[in-house]
Formats: sequence, C-alpha cells, structure tokens
Amino acid sequence: MSADLTELYQQVILDHNRRPRNRGKLPTANRVAHGDNPSCGDQCSVYLRLEGDRIADLSFDGSGCAISQASASLMTTRLKGKTAAEAEALFQQFHDIVTTGQAPEEISDLGAFAGVHAFPARIKCATLGWHAALNALKGDPVPATTETHND
Amino acid sequence: MSPSWNDVRADFPILHQQVNGKPLVYLDNGATAQKPKAVIDALVRYYERDNSNVHRGLHALSMRATDAYEGARSRLARFIHAADPAEVIFTRGTTESINLVARSLGAKLKAGDVILATEMEHHSNLVPWQQAAKASGATLRFVPVVGANAEGGLDLAALDQLLTPQVKVFAFTHISNTLGTINPVAELCRRARAVGALSVVDAAQSVGHTPLDVQALGCDYLAFSGHKMCGPTGIGVLYGRRALLDQLAPDETGGGMVASVDFDGARWKPAPERFEAGTPNVADAIGLGVACDYLDALGRDAIKRHDHALARRAYAELATLPGIRLLGPTGERGGLVSFAFEHVHAHDVVTFADEDGVALRGGHHCNQPLMRKLGLTSTTRASFYLYNTPEEIDVLIASLRRTLKFFQA
Repeated sequence: MSADLTELYQQVILDHNRRPRNRGKLPTANRVAHGDNPSCGDQCSVYLRLEGDRIADLSFDGSGCAISQASASLMTTRLKGKTAAEAEALFQQFHDIVTTGQAPEEISDLGAFAGVHAFPARIKCATLGWHAALNALKGDPVPATTETHND
Repeated sequence: MSPSWNDVRADFPILHQQVNGKPLVYLDNGATAQKPKAVIDALVRYYERDNSNVHRGLHALSMRATDAYEGARSRLARFIHAADPAEVIFTRGTTESINLVARSLGAKLKAGDVILATEMEHHSNLVPWQQAAKASGATLRFVPVVGANAEGGLDLAALDQLLTPQVKVFAFTHISNTLGTINPVAELCRRARAVGALSVVDAAQSVGHTPLDVQALGCDYLAFSGHKMCGPTGIGVLYGRRALLDQLAPDETGGGMVASVDFDGARWKPAPERFEAGTPNVADAIGLGVACDYLDALGRDAIKRHDHALARRAYAELATLPGIRLLGPTGERGGLVSFAFEHVHAHDVVTFADEDGVALRGGHHCNQPLMRKLGLTSTTRASFYLYNTPEEIDVLIASLRRTLKFFQA
C-alpha cells in the first residue's frame, strides 16, 4: 500500500468510519441542514441545538465514503460547545489542512485529514459535513423533525 | 489495415501506460471508451488537410470537408442500418439527442397524454421527459424494475396496464448503464406502436457493443454517443424515421437549417439539416465514422461475445467476495457489472482500485431514483470493452480483496 493511501486512510479516520460518533437525528435540535454531493450522491444532514450563539449539541446522519463519514463524525466531537464564529474559524483551519496537507500541531485529530490533499477528488467528501454544519448555523431555526430539503 | 483480435490492444495508445506504478486496467468503458489510433489519426488528418466549413463553400477544402462529413453520416446510417442517411442527425451525444426529441415531441403533447419511461433510465433519458411533462401538462409514468437487486429486469406484465392509448411516447434504454440489463427492444417498440406511441431508445451502452439494426428493432427514435463506441467526445446521433423527422419542428434555429429567410420568418430545410443549426462538429463526425469502420472490421457480434464473456466471468468471480451485493440480471447481461459492499463505500473501493492501476466508476451512475428504490446511494461499476482481458479481471478481483481486507482489519 502506498504512502499516499496510508496517509489518506489514517487510523483515526478508519475508527470514526467504523464507529461514528453522534450519528442519527438529534431529538432536541433546533437547526438542521442537508448537504449533497451531486457528483457522487453522498448525503449528510447535520442537526444542531443552538443555545444563544453556542452549539450545545449536534449530530449527523447520512451516507457516504469512509472519508465523508469519518469527517462528519470527528467534526461533531470538535464543534460541541463552540460559538458560530469559532466553528467558522475551525472549518477554515480544516479546509487548509485538506487542501494543503499542512496541519498545525495544536489541531490534533483533525490533522488526520491532511492526507486528503493528495486526492483532490476527495476534498469535497471531507468537507461535506462541515458545509452542512455551517449552513445549519446560518439557517433559520426549524424543528428538527421537518424535512427541509427536496430530494 | 484491418484490425485483428490478436493485437487489438496495440491499436489503443492510451492503454500502454502505468497508473500509480501499475499497468493501467481500464474498466470504465460505460463512462467512455478509449480511442484507436485510426480515430485519432483521422482527427489529425482532417485538421491538417481538410478543415473547412461544410455546406457553404465552393472551394476545394469546403467540398472535401462536406464530402467527408456527409460520408460520415452515410457511414453512421449503415452502422445502424438506417434506411436513409437523412435519418441520422448529428448531435453532441445521447443527452442532446434525447433533449432534442423530448423538446420537439413535447411541444405536441397536452394534458391527459402520457409519457412512459422505465425505472432504470439514466438521468439523460429521464430528466428531459420530466421537463417535457412539466411544459405540456402530460403525465410521466414508469415501467417498474423487478427484484431486490433489479435482477428481474422490466416488469413486462405491468406493461399491459401501462401502455394505454394515452401513451404518446415510450422512452427506454437498450442496455442499462447501471444494471447491465438488456431490454427486449424489438418487443417494446412493437408494443408501443400497437397503442400508437412513439418509441425512443437510449442506445448509449449498446450501439458500439452489439449488432444494432434500427429497422429490425422497429424503433422510431434512437439516441447514442460517439465517445462510448471508440469515437471522439462531443459527437453523437439522433436517429429518427424519415417520415417522422419531416413532421417534427426544429429545436434550435439559425444558420444551416433554413431553406429561406426573410425579415418576418423562415422556412426549414428537411431533415437532417433542419436539426443541425450552426456549424456542425465536422471533425468529430468524421472521427466517429472511422470508429464505425474500426468496430465493424472486428465485428460487433464478436465484440458482443467478448464483452459478455468478460461480464459473465467478472460476475462469477465477484460473487465469491464476502458481503457483496450484485445488481442486475444473474444470467445474460451486457458488458458491465455493478456491485456494492456491505461495509465499504464505492468511493473507497474506487480509490483503492486506482492505487492498483484499475479504473472503475463509483457513484450513482446518473441513476439516482433507481438507486433509492434499491436502497443504495452508490455502487462500484466495472465495464468492459473489446480491449479488456480475463487477466484484467484477475487484477480487479485481487484489488477488491485487498480493499476488503484493509477495511475489515
């Protein structure tokens, strides 16, 4: 197996793919957004409970490759307790990691996605959940039980 | 020089390269086929020697280009056994062909009319009909696909109820790009005609892979792309029966398709020019004609036997892998196999295969409604063509085993 592929499928990613954290609908959510990857059919819904400006809790649901599932799972563990501005800043850092392959040391487990940069077609897999989360933060409050998308 | 089966691979320059340090194993022919040297040379020759606009100039180059372009039309007509070269309209490909016929026929539809399609259609033979239905008020209905893995093909029993006199158009694929199902085109065309419906056949996956005779099939319209049959990208065909084409309104208008124009209006040329507004894709039409020569020199019945044998072998080998779900017919199938693993997503499979030099397709194959019906979001597809070998299937299977082992570890 090549170094690039070993970089892409790090233990952290395989672990989150096998045992996704915070997966399923969040019953107490007051925000939801849906992300689609039209070229491949991957889907990701992110459910948030926003209390004031802070993400009190969040979850994700959907289907996709190991990269997209692991990324969404890991994201949920990192965004809990963050403000919208902090979430935005963290996404910027994450985006830099997957596009440049450079991970600052303090970023810890998100650095596992640095290997994605060698596979440009997979960057959108890694960012799908994040885009959904940021859209949920920006979106109008909606009951989590309501479908907000047409597909 | 006629190609021979002994050195088919030598005719395709692109195959002789390494990908990620491994010999390329190209199994994405359902998406696009590779081009033989003869086709590439024809494009170069045209641009180096004959390039000119067609049907307009009286100079030598324009006459050569026109002769070659119209020669390609005749060649394509022979390729599908059309009664008349005027029945061959050059388009950008299957998608444009179906859009053309859907918009032109759609303009004649009204509320109460029914467009019948099937659940296994590629988006290109589905979305244009959705649009035609929306624009006209007609209703779009679907022939169901049978079986948890769509192994039963189209529900021909349901066709009796679905094919009513209200059906004006019956659009269906010859060979499914996702399932490999070979539909009984002649029977479907016959049954459509029996209720007065026009048949529109998507032959994108079939025309370069199997002998095809539009008159024997009895179809009214048939669409295909050049690039899936060893021709260039950006060129395809809409076949239509002459009697129908001359009644059909043009879709695009402009130069080249008009008999005469004044400030108040215009009169149309007959088919095929009526449907080819603007400067056509001359070079790629000529290249496609050469692709017809290449395929027919090998023989499409031989290509069919070759593809089907590879697909049968791949299906049998794939069935031995743990946790695999194989889609489509268990018996006779076109030259492709689509499959899903319980615990490994198609994109991960494709990334691992690429590492081994194997080009596969992973995704929904422009077949989202069918995928949803089958409870899937994506599958991996291996699709074969005349230059593929049994040894390449061995490479594929070894790669898949390695992938499964990695994700199960």
